[in-house]
Amino acid sequence: MEPASRLDHNHQLSLRELPYIIRWRDDRCKRCGKCTAICPVKAIEPTVKILRNVTSEGPVPTPVTSRKVVYVVEQVLDINRYCTGCGSCTLVCPNEAIEPELNPQNKFLHFKNKGGDAYKRGGRRNDPSVSTLDKLKFTRISMLTDPALDAGRHEFRIRTLLGRNLPPEHLPLEAEGGKLVVKKDEIFIPPVREIYPIMIGSMSVGALSPPMWEGLAMGITYLNEAEGMPVVMCSGEGGMPPRLLKSRFLKYFILQIASGYFGWDEIIHALPHMVEDPCAIEIKYGQGAKPGDGGLLMSYKVLKLIAEIRGVPKFVDLASPPTHQTKYSIEEAVAKMIQSMSMAWGFRVPVYPKISGTKTARAVLNNLARNPYAAALSIDGEDGGTGAAYNVSMDKMGHPIATNIRDCYLDLVCQGKQNELPLIAAGGIGKKGNLAANAAALIMLGASAVSIGKYIMQAAADCFGDEYNRCNLCNTGRCPRGITTQDPKLYRRLDPDRVAERVIDVFKTADTELRKIFAPMGRSTELPIGMSDGLSIEDKAMAERLQIDYAC
Amino acid sequence: MCRLAAITSSEYFSPMENVLALETMKEGHDGSGMGIILKDLGGEFEEFKEFPVLSGICSESGLETVDKYMADHGFQIKHVWSPSITEVRGIHKRDYYFAKVYQYPESYLDKTIPEKEDLLMRTRLALRKMGESDESIIVFSFYPDILSIKEVGDPLQLSEFFGLDNSSLKAKIIFAQGRQNTNYAINLYACHPFFIQGYASMTNGENTAFVPIREYLMSRGFPGYIGYNSDSEVFTHILHYLNRHLGYPLTYFKDVITPLKASEIGMRDDREALNLIKKSLRMLCIDGPNCVIGFNPDGTCFMVQDSKKLRPGAVGGLKGKYALMSEECGIDRVVPKRDRSKDIFPMKYDMVIIPPGAEEVRVWNQLQG
Ligand code: SF4
Repeated sequence: MEPASRLDHNHQLSLRELPYIIRWRDDRCKRCGKCTAICPVKAIEPTVKILRNVTSEGPVPTPVTSRKVVYVVEQVLDINRYCTGCGSCTLVCPNEAIEPELNPQNKFLHFKNKGGDAYKRGGRRNDPSVSTLDKLKFTRISMLTDPALDAGRHEFRIRTLLGRNLPPEHLPLEAEGGKLVVKKDEIFIPPVREIYPIMIGSMSVGALSPPMWEGLAMGITYLNEAEGMPVVMCSGEGGMPPRLLKSRFLKYFILQIASGYFGWDEIIHALPHMVEDPCAIEIKYGQGAKPGDGGLLMSYKVLKLIAEIRGVPKFVDLASPPTHQTKYSIEEAVAKMIQSMSMAWGFRVPVYPKISGTKTARAVLNNLARNPYAAALSIDGEDGGTGAAYNVSMDKMGHPIATNIRDCYLDLVCQGKQNELPLIAAGGIGKKGNLAANAAALIMLGASAVSIGKYIMQAAADCFGDEYNRCNLCNTGRCPRGITTQDPKLYRRLDPDRVAERVIDVFKTADTELRKIFAPMGRSTELPIGMSDGLSIEDKAMAERLQIDYAC
Repeated sequence: MCRLAAITSSEYFSPMENVLALETMKEGHDGSGMGIILKDLGGEFEEFKEFPVLSGICSESGLETVDKYMADHGFQIKHVWSPSITEVRGIHKRDYYFAKVYQYPESYLDKTIPEKEDLLMRTRLALRKMGESDESIIVFSFYPDILSIKEVGDPLQLSEFFGLDNSSLKAKIIFAQGRQNTNYAINLYACHPFFIQGYASMTNGENTAFVPIREYLMSRGFPGYIGYNSDSEVFTHILHYLNRHLGYPLTYFKDVITPLKASEIGMRDDREALNLIKKSLRMLCIDGPNCVIGFNPDGTCFMVQDSKKLRPGAVGGLKGKYALMSEECGIDRVVPKRDRSKDIFPMKYDMVIIPPGAEEVRVWNQLQG
């Protein structure tokens, strides 16, 4: 017997299965077609329907049927063209006739595996719950004996150190006539940079569109040059525009080397022409969003500029393997890479590894603690974002940053090396918009600096993404905001000047808010690294785990 | 806010002078305790300059433990001082207050001073540990020519309690603190001035960076960096760490606890060294509104404060006698006939230094170095 499914649509998904349902208002729509044109996934289409109208006039029912062709906007039920909830259609609609609505009962993940293809996406961990960072409160307010400071008038110095600080016992100093003098050539003094404690984390040229990357770069340059705020940003894997490499602005950038070594041919060639050293070198071993997974830049993103910077042919998939293939162990990988990177710049540039948040972070840390050339450790927690990863990696893999940083810091305290090896925390900072508060909390747990990624994309370039899987199309190259795309039609929507302005807004605001946190706590001169008595949390188990106070 | 009264003099004087200075500054302390440290002892201690003095409080059983421990470890008693106690209402009398002078154990007679100092410190810590749980032994200092007295109560009443006005107890440097109980429980180990191996300091103002500083000091691997019943104890240990352990001249205490800005460091001719220590000793920046008065083993007294201190301490006096106080009225009580216009209120870059002998007072400016 022939199955009836063709007739009753039984094998079709219903709208209820989809994560976002489009609310389209017939009465408001003027059928301009803008929404269907802009939709990055073609989740809506204009279509024609036949409207059957039955009317009856007079005292006795005399039904008359008429048929009319109408034009409507319809949501498609194909799982590969699911509405991402980005809201681009709403943005372009002149009459507020269309809007996506979150469908919390969706069964999206049950179906997003057509052809045995596991769901891949960009974005962050889809967990909208309140993070540990947002649960931390600053409860040690200076009162009376120790008056709070005036955040508006007092002089504040919000800076941190990136690089290995020699323990005071090892400093080549000698007292002569009541003064300390440095005994030159006695010992290697590692390079240390004074930077702003919030930095922009690694996002590559390639993953980001030209105007996005340029906007960020312009923003931090302005902050350095005009505002005197030494904010730095990391290149991500894939090198940097050659002109920038040879410019005096290089000092505001951290160059990243990752397992694909993309861009490094160009960097090495530019070395003799560099007029400034980069701020630091970051060796990427892992990433919070997809721990243990490599990177992939899809072929359609590898246009002329990207191919040139990375030193590869155009339009080929650029895969970075999960690990550095030439190395066999942490000891070897870390030691050799740190050595060779340090050597390339004559030991004038701090070199540090970045790993994903993991239970084993302390093993890496202890290894670095013994390596006199390791300049820091950057840990990217589970809430870190990415341009492309398997959904399962993003949602289920990795370690929360709060306990990871705390454990590492306390481990350093046990060894007396808490000032020697700075910890950089990343992953989920500013998840709910509380950039300064999250940064300050991590600093008080023991981080020397924090790194942000998704937050700056949202705040500076209006990225639609959120923890409800909104948009998250970064991997497809069809970012509706023009942030993570190499398609000129899309990225020309993004104005780099505006991005730069927003970067400046973000950092200036964060600076004010950091003062508003530190001033009542009586701190103004040094960053309150490890000032854990300043923090409390309303959860006993968390308080115990983080070794901070419980307050309710 | 705790009140601080330090006096350094070329002549021996009685700790009553400090107590009376505290009394004049009374609004500032709430009678929750007083601590006194005497250095360069006179009176009956004058002939024992070379010998270590153990100062503390014991219960009857604690006393036996102390005597046995000291005897077992080869310390021989040379002299014992105990205040003649007058019971005063409101002051809880403990069994036995003492300062005992010892001869070093035989095996230590020819040892170097640092070795002797380490022995004294280890002995003090061992005694402290033995009596900590039941408070049967409380020891404040064990060092040559140093005597400490601490108790809970109002300073003036305590001076009556200890009979200080009739006592022959005298010294050339005396530090006293009248305590205002802040957020840490009343515990005699929380009472300033704090002492370690020849260095002492007392502080007022709350120490905001207490936890990271404590963690940093405790992680230095030096057994004496423990305790911290008060957030101010870290200042004494920072002083000891910098001067004794790292060998930095005294003025670098100021450079470490209240570091200069990068632009200011450039003005100093030791800028290279300053740049290094600012980074390496970043954890010891106090970053809080504290006034610190201290002395080092040679008897140099000093006062420094963080720029956030709203009301600075004051230093004044005459050749041969200077007072370092948290309030000017305290100086008036101790050296009334001085030229008040010459009083010094150290500002954010200043470190007031009075060399041993109290012949002169110097103001070291951090910007000029
Ligand atoms: S919300 Fe975005 S994905 Fe959904 S229909 Fe509108 S434009 Fe398309």
